[in-house]
Amino acid sequence: MIIARLLKNDRGGRIFLGLLLLGSLFVLLSNRLLPEDSLLHVPTYTVTLLGKYLTYALLAISVDLVWGYLGILSLGHGAFFALGGYAMGMYLMRQIGDRGVYGDPLLPDFMVFLNWKELPWFWLGFDHFGFALLMVLLVPGLLAFLFGYLAFKSRVTGVYLSIITQAMTYALMLAFFRNEMGFGGNNGLTDFKDILGYSLQQDGTRLALFVASALALALGYLVSRYIVTSKLGRVAVAIRDSEDRVRFMGYRVDRFKLWIFTVSAVMAGIAGALYVPQVGIINPSEFSPINSIEIVVWVAVGGRATLFGAVLGALLVNYAKTYFTGAFPEIWLFALGALFILVTLFAPRGIVGFLERRKARDEREESA
Amino acid sequence: MIPRLFVLLAVLLWAAVPAPALAASDADLGPAFDLLMKRSFDDKARGIEALGQSGHPRAPEVLQAILDGRLYYIKKTRQPVFTQKQDSKLLARDVFSGEELGLFKKRKLKKISINNRLRQQLKIALARVQLSDPDPAQRLQAVRGFIGSDDPALLDSLRAQKAHEDSAEVIAAIDQVLAFADLDSKDEALRLAAIERLKTQLDPVVINRLKRIVKSDDTPLKVRLAAEKAIERIESRIAFYGYLETLFFGLSLGSILALAAIGLAITFGVMGVINMAHGELIMIGAYTTYVVQQLMPGAIGASILVAIPAAFVVSGLVGIAIERGIIRFLYGRPLETLLATFGISLFLQQTVRSVFSPLNRSVETPQWMAGSLEINSLLSITYNRLYIFFFCLIVFVLLYLVMKKTSLGLYVRAVAQNRNMARAMGIRSDWVDAMTFGLGSGIAGVAGVALSQVTNVGPNLGQAYIVDSFMVVVFGGVGNLWGTLISGLSLGVVGKFLEPVSGAVLAKILVLVFIILFIQKRPRGLFPQKGRAAES
Repeated sequence: MIIARLLKNDRGGRIFLGLLLLGSLFVLLSNRLLPEDSLLHVPTYTVTLLGKYLTYALLAISVDLVWGYLGILSLGHGAFFALGGYAMGMYLMRQIGDRGVYGDPLLPDFMVFLNWKELPWFWLGFDHFGFALLMVLLVPGLLAFLFGYLAFKSRVTGVYLSIITQAMTYALMLAFFRNEMGFGGNNGLTDFKDILGYSLQQDGTRLALFVASALALALGYLVSRYIVTSKLGRVAVAIRDSEDRVRFMGYRVDRFKLWIFTVSAVMAGIAGALYVPQVGIINPSEFSPINSIEIVVWVAVGGRATLFGAVLGALLVNYAKTYFTGAFPEIWLFALGALFILVTLFAPRGIVGFLERRKARDEREESA
Repeated sequence: MIPRLFVLLAVLLWAAVPAPALAASDADLGPAFDLLMKRSFDDKARGIEALGQSGHPRAPEVLQAILDGRLYYIKKTRQPVFTQKQDSKLLARDVFSGEELGLFKKRKLKKISINNRLRQQLKIALARVQLSDPDPAQRLQAVRGFIGSDDPALLDSLRAQKAHEDSAEVIAAIDQVLAFADLDSKDEALRLAAIERLKTQLDPVVINRLKRIVKSDDTPLKVRLAAEKAIERIESRIAFYGYLETLFFGLSLGSILALAAIGLAITFGVMGVINMAHGELIMIGAYTTYVVQQLMPGAIGASILVAIPAAFVVSGLVGIAIERGIIRFLYGRPLETLLATFGISLFLQQTVRSVFSPLNRSVETPQWMAGSLEINSLLSITYNRLYIFFFCLIVFVLLYLVMKKTSLGLYVRAVAQNRNMARAMGIRSDWVDAMTFGLGSGIAGVAGVALSQVTNVGPNLGQAYIVDSFMVVVFGGVGNLWGTLISGLSLGVVGKFLEPVSGAVLAKILVLVFIILFIQKRPRGLFPQKGRAAES
């Protein structure tokens, strides 16, 4: 019911959700039913890769929500993603049990290696999936809430905000690189065995994770769509376009910003939590500022303030990245750099904006 | 006793005169070796003494070899040889010429064995020989080896050495040894005087020695009190120099931060352009230094002076190209500028990787920047950091003069304050934009020259500094050059003072968190711009 209302004026969204549904179904069926030598067979490896892309797409939506609709260019969303990932990684670490290299029933390998005697307090509870899920939502959310509360209350805006979000993720990266933090230092968390009792190596588990990512993406899209079409979303766009006027009209700008920023961070955290079991590792380089900037580029390439544009950008850029880093590793940074420059110079509204302009021109020509 | 001293003095005087004709010839050592090869330890002792007083250039090596149990002689010819174990045999070398004589079975050779008494004697003899070394550094090492020794003969020879020693460091070291010896004497006045003399020293050895006196039960009260007081004084001075050192390290780190940030203070602070490629402009400067050094391999010392203007020009031109090619289309859209310049930074990084390989390149430090200025045993300042500190100040003053005293500076400020009005006055604002950006970029290049002396020159050099540079500029107050300098220096000092408490990484994190919180409180930095310019 609500979904129908949300998608009523959203042709791009309908197409996107339809494609997502069809694509996921195709991947599922082809992987399960088609023989391995068939042309259309999707190997499990590819399924996992696609699942990874879908988590990136969710991350891109979360950035588009704050950048496209609220005007906050966050250069630190990678931090929320990584925090969600670490929360999930901690759960997966606890599931290893005594199957680690050192065979310690209680401590993960890296703690045995560091000669720790007991589990640090912040690792307690992570052997329960439910608790870990709660942390996936809470930790990025709380950080975003605190950070946003301070930043928005004192009206840090524009470039300054971008730079301190970058400083935030940079500081977290340095912190997580420390062995003393208790998160595995620069090796991060890895060597996962199973999730909810199912082995991560099994095709079934991988398919399930893929489906979960697709569902999360669809849900994330709908939630974001719900927000941006609501009155809250209208205020957000108004804040983006003229913050002072909104404030003078009596709205508490900082609260609107804080709310959306926090929701966005939680979404990024969920994306991270789905990402980690599929790639099998989480380490502090996820916090590096360049990762966060890359997310912004996905959104810019796809076209901001459209949500499905962010998804498109994330999928395209990451597909290109996988292709280039495999085929011509030297060219990838050239291509990415050129992409940044060309998109900002010639397609400030991204691919979606480009297509819309084309369509508008065609329609004009038809009516003429 | 006395004749021995005379011989020693004579030896010392000989050694001080670099005349090979006076040095003992190889044959003179013959009797000494004959004594060494005898069975009785008393004979050997005389042999060691003769060897020690011979003044022969190989004597120290021979003494050391005896001490290490490497001196043998060939049974048949009674020829002394150095040996080295090789499998079950011994590789022999001639004592004088160092020529290899081939492998010998163990029973063909005889070791010159020693006992504990001889070992003690050897050490002293070796030290005495070293004391007569013409190189002050060698003498200093020898004297330091005597610390804790109370052999009267040795102390006498030290006093004799002190009388005609010309290196202040060696004299100080001798004083220390003598004072240490006095500390244990029975005479209370002598002990107090020794403490008095040691009070001015900073060596941790001195503190340990004094602490032992305080702890010892049979120390008279007066001596103990004096020693306690001396320890207190020495420790407070050590702490003071520790602070000074940290302060210097902090200023040094701060000057590097400030240097990296100055260019940004222009492009970001004055023009309002977020240049994420700033770090890569620094990197280009560092690589320019490397290339200049490759071009003039014979003159490393001068190359760095050539590199400074070269880096300024290269980075400046790249900066102008970036401004003309890309940034000028994006004025008024800061977030887009950020993205585009980030693309440029990736591009430049990959270019450098393709041209110079992804490995770090080593830039040599010129002779005149190597080494350190030793103020005392605790505080030494490395020259390269000292130079960078002053270099930073010079760059700053120059830039300040450019901004305040030249017409370019006037135009830049005019355009920054009110672009339209400046244009109405006939200032070509696009030309000013290009020049300003070139100036900021050029200074980034100059910073790269300085950085090439303290860090690795690699494609990631710029990345490491970009976040820090922005922090410095924002903390200092955008658009304020002095603010950038002060914030760079103070962030460096704060970081270095936090380091011993929290560790290097945590110190950095704390500084970042501090800046994040600080911006909440004062969004416009330490020294915000006042008036109309601040409003946009």
